[in-house]
Amino acid sequence: MKTKVLMAILAVVIAGLIAVPWIASYFYVFIFTEILILGLFAASFNLIFGYTGMLSFGHAAFFGIGSYATALVLIHLEWPFLACLLVSMGASALLALMIGFLSVRLNEVYFAMLTLAFGMMVFAIAYQWRSVTNGSDGLAGFTLGSFGLGLDLTLANPSVYYHVVLAIVAIASVVLYVICRSSFGMILRAIRQNPERVSFAGLNVRTYRLVAFVIAGTFAGLAGGLIAPFLRVASPELLHWSMSAEPILMAILGGTGYFLGPFIGSAAFVLLETWITTYTESWMLVLGIILAMMVIFFRKGLLGTAIDWWMEVKK
Amino acid sequence: MSNPVLTIANLTKRFGGVTAVSDINLEVMPKETIAIIGPNGAGKTTFYNMVSGRMQPTEGKIMLDGKDITGMPPHKISRLGVSRSFQINNIFPEMTVQENVEVVLSAYHGHSRKLFNIASRNTGIQQEAVEFLKRLGIDSLKQQRAEVISYGDKRLLEIAMVLATQPKLVLLDEPTAGMTPDETRRTTQLIKKLADSGDYTFMITEHDMDVVFNLADRILVMHRGEKLFAGTPEEVKNHPEVRVAYLGEEDDEAVEEANP
Repeated sequence: MKTKVLMAILAVVIAGLIAVPWIASYFYVFIFTEILILGLFAASFNLIFGYTGMLSFGHAAFFGIGSYATALVLIHLEWPFLACLLVSMGASALLALMIGFLSVRLNEVYFAMLTLAFGMMVFAIAYQWRSVTNGSDGLAGFTLGSFGLGLDLTLANPSVYYHVVLAIVAIASVVLYVICRSSFGMILRAIRQNPERVSFAGLNVRTYRLVAFVIAGTFAGLAGGLIAPFLRVASPELLHWSMSAEPILMAILGGTGYFLGPFIGSAAFVLLETWITTYTESWMLVLGIILAMMVIFFRKGLLGTAIDWWMEVKK
Repeated sequence: MSNPVLTIANLTKRFGGVTAVSDINLEVMPKETIAIIGPNGAGKTTFYNMVSGRMQPTEGKIMLDGKDITGMPPHKISRLGVSRSFQINNIFPEMTVQENVEVVLSAYHGHSRKLFNIASRNTGIQQEAVEFLKRLGIDSLKQQRAEVISYGDKRLLEIAMVLATQPKLVLLDEPTAGMTPDETRRTTQLIKKLADSGDYTFMITEHDMDVVFNLADRILVMHRGEKLFAGTPEEVKNHPEVRVAYLGEEDDEAVEEANP
């Protein structure tokens, strides 16, 4: 019964998302493209944060390198978009393997600080390696060609691009979800609750943390590959440490204990930012108040609080 | 005569100038239950921490089935067949009781490396988990969140998790600590039943002398990090130095027994 209701709600939401370009203005097509991409970014982050209990302050490094990879391939090689995304995922997986190898051995605040430090280094490289990254201006002026797989898609059309993003984010989310529900995902949840007990069950906790870190980085890279053509630029801001805060805020806003929490958080974040900035400049002040309220009163996030409330009503 | 499961030679642990465990020698034979007793600070937990890999010994050797495991990390020692419980409850509080055992089982069977199965449809592991819960008499709690069950049941859950890795050697660190007299009795009976089944080799630390004399085939008495005496429960009961160590240090029951 419970699963049936949830499946029904999910089906309605997906149908609604598919219909966005036909029922809403171009403005909202852009808004929803951004929500989906940042939602995937936040969901990838939540694999290590909500599931494994690792608070990384450097997740934007993988998002950023994904966007640079797609931009570079489009500029220099003009490969199909799908191939660009695969390069983005490969590049961010490699970077996550390197940063993760050095970071996962540390716990708690030391892990957070080390990921922050590596994030800043990656930013510094992108900012100063002008010959490749074009420095503070970032890489722009690339155009999307074909999609790949012989599909005839006009990616320059925002509605088409939105549908492509929706399909890719949906597929990536299913893969992430299966990983979360797998035996491996169960071990990750166990590590968050009691890492020592997991090692006394015969598992090398460091290896599991590293694998989770690389998977999270890879999907962040995919999100980065999707954002570059959307913004028409891959710029250093995308891997600035303040960008690493966004998935943290979105995950907490939506609810870290639920797979879809970060997507809800992303929607709330982007929509609130859009609506509030039309009235006032102080969007950050409002966001700060909302976040403080969430952490003090609604620890389970928007989704968790809504589910609790619904369970109450049903009783 | 079979070979010992565990051979400990000259095991020593020093923290700076303090010697917590000093020159302990011990052989544990298959299927026996050996108890390690001694007053607080005698070095029992440090001894456990070295055998299970949580601490590195300063000197000495630990051999499991003839294989040197001295100084290995906990996950490797666990893989080789040493499984331990802790003095404080060490479970996964937000998972169900059954999932707690499933985590250990999927680690043991290597399912933990599977990224694309659905854990909740793994009926083999689920049935096995329930079997272990039944053995400890807590299968009726399987759907409860582990953090809400009683203290005594949590300790039993820990024993179920410890047994789930099919260990060659089971280390229980004060399994009845903090239990009510009723829970202590139930737990002692359960461990006795498991020990009598001949499937397990137990090493137990315990403060409660009734529990120790009830369960142990052999007892190692530690005092200030050193081996004071090792022998059968009868020998330990009648050993003058052991009585002195206990009389002097802390065990009131021994006082009562000595002066009825």
